[in-house]
This record gives sequence, structure tokens and C-alpha cells, in this order.
Amino acid sequence: MNASAPLLRAEALSISFPTGAGLLHAVEDVSFTLAPGETLALVGESGSGKSATAMTVARLHGPEARVSGRLDWTAREGGTVDLATLRGEALRRIRGREIAVVFQDPGSALDPVFRIGDQIAETLRHLRGAGRREAAEGAVALLDRVGIPDPRRRAGEYPHQLSGGMRQRAVIALALAGQPRLLVADEPTTALDVTIQAQIVELLRDLQLREGMAMIFVSHDLGLVAGLAHRLCVLYAGQVVEEGPAADVLAAPRHPYTRALLDCVPDIDGDAVPPRGIPGRMPSPIAPPAHCRFADRCMLAEAACREAPVPLIAVAPGRASRCLRWAEVG
Amino acid sequence: MSALVEAHGLEMEFGGPSLLAPRRRPVRAVAGVDVTIARGEALGLVGESGSGKSTIGRLLLRLLRPTMGSVRFDGHDITALDRGAMRPLRRRMQMVFQDPFGSLNPRMTVGAAVADGMLLHGLATREEARGRVAALLARVGLPPEMAARPPRALSGGQRQRVAIARALAVEPEFLVADEPVSALDVSVGAAILALLRDLRAERGLALLFVSHDLGAVRALCDRVAVLYLGRVMEEAPAEALFRDPRHPYTRALLSASPARPGRARGPRIVLTGEIPSPADPPSGCVFRTRCPHALPACAEDVPALREVGPGRRAACIRNDLVLP
Repeated sequence: MNASAPLLRAEALSISFPTGAGLLHAVEDVSFTLAPGETLALVGESGSGKSATAMTVARLHGPEARVSGRLDWTAREGGTVDLATLRGEALRRIRGREIAVVFQDPGSALDPVFRIGDQIAETLRHLRGAGRREAAEGAVALLDRVGIPDPRRRAGEYPHQLSGGMRQRAVIALALAGQPRLLVADEPTTALDVTIQAQIVELLRDLQLREGMAMIFVSHDLGLVAGLAHRLCVLYAGQVVEEGPAADVLAAPRHPYTRALLDCVPDIDGDAVPPRGIPGRMPSPIAPPAHCRFADRCMLAEAACREAPVPLIAVAPGRASRCLRWAEVG
Repeated sequence: MSALVEAHGLEMEFGGPSLLAPRRRPVRAVAGVDVTIARGEALGLVGESGSGKSTIGRLLLRLLRPTMGSVRFDGHDITALDRGAMRPLRRRMQMVFQDPFGSLNPRMTVGAAVADGMLLHGLATREEARGRVAALLARVGLPPEMAARPPRALSGGQRQRVAIARALAVEPEFLVADEPVSALDVSVGAAILALLRDLRAERGLALLFVSHDLGAVRALCDRVAVLYLGRVMEEAPAEALFRDPRHPYTRALLSASPARPGRARGPRIVLTGEIPSPADPPSGCVFRTRCPHALPACAEDVPALREVGPGRRAACIRNDLVLP
């Protein structure tokens, strides 16, 4: 899938936020490429920088964020723009039309005082220049496409009349309104019940196949990501610690953090030893150590890990690990 | 093993008609549930929103009074006991909540929070309490200097450790843990589960573990009850339930839960439709509207929870599915 020209190329992306205690380094030197139609999962725990990375791609990082590096986007009509510095009209041309976002909380994306159908129709008018009637019909068609039963009736309802799962479907319909080429989904199923989560994952997978949309899927759940992502970036304390094809990384991780995180997933299907968690805490994002950031919690750490920054090391074609002892990770 | 906690025919209704809303229908959060927990046993209550799992936890602790049914604790009928009469039993049953940020008093230091119950129940003098607090903090994996800190200085995982230390301080026999790890990061949650598992074994605690996370339940529990819209769909020893789920809902729930990467799974069962409102549950079997195996007869009577194997029961009329 990576053979075609990339849709998005992140190059040395760093994001920091000024705080009273100093500069908080949320993301440091993150690079990745995303091909058209590809799903990249950004995986990590709180404070890993996964959401900050995704929100910066969607240019929803907030005015106080300091962003450096490049986010080269291949525009629909050809040519490359840098999302990291895009402003004004050029940014509006991308938003919704090329890149759309789905958040964890479907409530936040919908306006409680407007009917679902009207909100989608309004977006269709704005992004696609649809006429009033065409937009209203388009809204019903979109609700139908995301699997909302009886879409014509649902279009006339308000967000509070929909269940959490239906609301998330409506938000996805809203995101599809501009026919985006990239969907940024930030923990889109975390707030939902398990059987509803399975439905939404199924929907996203299906939409992606049918629409050929690329997706950046942010998640803390390795089990969920396994069935959805082509490529995987594992983040820890603002850095990519491992990346590669999702199936390869999950089957044979090459970073001790990925290994430890996998071991934390309780085994529903077998009797693997119950997990014991990862001792210790993530280092402070305000003054992270210059050396390996996982060293203090790592079973394999040795003196060299605490001497100098560890670069991302190519460990196989298309795979990299930020670990000096990657070959010993099993 | 003798039963420590025993509840029969538990029903709990919330809401219902009032002066201002004379036609409001009550929500039947729990609709006829039996629960038995032996001394030292860990029972997992599994279900999605509206299943009634959290309500059952609160009913067993008598934080709620059931609309119908009875609750017994160590042989005492506690269904109708008032506050005063409950007091000596309170010490013996404790709870750990989901939200480690809301369950600790922000004005108390960690040490005071852990000592509070001991002093209240007269289990220790102030002097003795200090030593016991240090030992408890150490046992839950926190350094002694933590005792002087306010809860806000702690991470989510540390707060949950404090909540566990606080519950254990009064040496309970029964602990209800309601989604204790679902607000935590995976690596932190796994460590809390491991701690609960160790403490249980060490102290012979009976545990009611309320969770939507089947993996966590498997890691911790001896027996599991699967709930849907206030009713038990299936109940079985944990090992048997996960290896060989019988009820169509249990099968779907297992199939929908993300597998550990690399684990092979059969074809995925994706249920259609929504979880119905507990204010307006379907007739007959409450699961029938989403059940891939439903028959017309399923709409008629509420299926009985019946024996389908050694120590296991299921509420489903399809013999071809639930019998071995």
C-alpha cells in the first residue's frame, strides 16, 4: 500500500505547550508517511502524544501550541502544502473537504439545538455548495450510509434523542459530508459499549474500503487496532518508540515498551499469565530525560541506554525501533 | 464453601410516576436476580450500559434498598436494616469505585483517608493507626511519604491504590470493586488488577468485580454472571464461560471484545441494533431483539435461568445452543 505517493508525510513534527512550570513537550520529532487509503494507528497511553499528533494533523491543536517540523499534504488538485503552517483560505479548503475528524465524545461534535439532518445538510451546503433540497436529501443518504436505520425519521431528531452509538454514526456521517481523503479518528469507540464498539469499527473498516479514505486512528487499545490498522506507530512520552506494519509489530514487537503494553492486555481467549502492569511512571513531559525515556521502567535497560539519546533504528524493511537492544525483545 | 452474600429475587426500580410526571414509567434496572458469593470467592458481573451490574453491587452493600427481594450477609437478613443496624456490618463490606478522582476527600491527606475507617470503627488508636497506615500503603505499593500528601498530588493509579488501602484498612470480608480500572491506562490498570488478585488470595476476601471488560474479569474472577437489561443471561465458572460460552449474548459479547493481538478467533459476531431502554424492555427474552438465533417463541415468556451444565446456568430456550 505504501508504494503509491504518500498522502501525508510528517517530518520531524514537534509540538509543545507553554505551562506555568515550563514548556511541556507533548510530541518530539515524530515522522511518518500515510498512503492514500491507508490506516495508520497511533497507539500509546495518556501523555504519549498520540492525540496531540492527530489533532495537529487536523489543525485542531489550539492556538497556544508551538508546532515545528513539516506536515506535507498532497492536495486533491495536486501540489503539496504544509499543514503545519497553513492559514486562512488555504486551511479552509482542506478542512472538512480533505481532512475530517471524529472524536471520542460524539456529543461534542453535534449541536444539541439543531436536528441531526439539518446539521449534516448545512455542512453539505457549506462544503459542497449543495442546494437546500439536494442537501436535505444528501443528509438522509449519508445517515443511511453510516447504517442508521430509518434515516429519514432520524434526520428530524435532535442529538439527545439518539443513543451513544447512533450519535457516533451521525458524527461519522457529518465527517463524510465533505468527502474527505483522510479521516482522523481520536478514540472514536472508547466511550461506547463493547457490542456497539464492534459495530462502529465494522462501519469504519467498511467505509474505508468503499470510499478509499485514509485514516489516522488514535487508540490506547492494541486489540482494537489489530483488526483495523495497516501501519502502527507506538508512542511513549512524546516519541515514536516503534513503527511498522501493524501485523508485524503486534506479532513480534521490537521495543520493550510495545512488548510490555501487549502483555498488559488481559487474555480473553486463553490462559496467558494474568498481566502485572508496567512498574513506574512515564517521565515528566516538562523535563524528559535526554536518554531513552523508557529506561527507568525497562527490563532490558543497561548503562548505554542512559548515556545518550536513542535514535529510531531500522530493524527490518519498513520497521523501526528506538531501542538499542531491539534484537533481544521477544 | 458457605455463602457470605446471598441475594434472592432482587429487583430495583428507579423513577416511576410522580406528581409532576404521572405517566412516567419506572426504569427496572434489576429485574429478578439471584446472587450468591461464597467466602473468598470472586464473582464477576459483566454487562453493558443498562445491564444493572453497578446497581446490583450497590444493592448487595445495601447502599440501595431493593424494591423487591432479599439480601443476606453472613446469615443476617440486611434487606430492611436501617443505618444504625447496618453500622456494625458496614465495616465488613467495602467498596472501590471507578473514579479514583471522585472517591477521595480532597481535604484529607492520604494517611488520614486510610486511617479514617479504622478510627471510625474503633479498630485502632491514633497511634496504632499511623503504623497500620504505613503498612497498608506499603502493601498496595505506595511509599510511606505518600501518607502526608493530598490526593490531588497523586496519579490515577496511585489514587486507586489509596482507595484499595482505605477499603482494606477495616479488614472487610467482602469487597465490591465497580469498574476499578476502566478510568486508568492499560499498564496502570493491569497493575491494579494484579494487586486485587494478590490481596484476594492473601486475605481470603470475597469479591464482587463489576466490569464491562471481559479480559479483566477472566484475570480476576472464579465465577461470572453475564447481565443484559437487568437480568442474568448466563452464569458459569469463569474458565468454562470463556472457553465455551453458551448463551447467544455471551458469545456475541466475547466475540465483540478485542482479542489480544495474535490470538485466533472464529468468525466475528457483530450484533445488529441498539441496547433497548431499560424503561421499555422487550417482552419475553430481553435479548431477543438483537439475538441472531431468536425464534417467535422468544417473545412470549421470560426464559428461566436453568441448569445447562455443572455449576452453570443460562436463560435461553434454545436447547441446541445452550445444552452441551
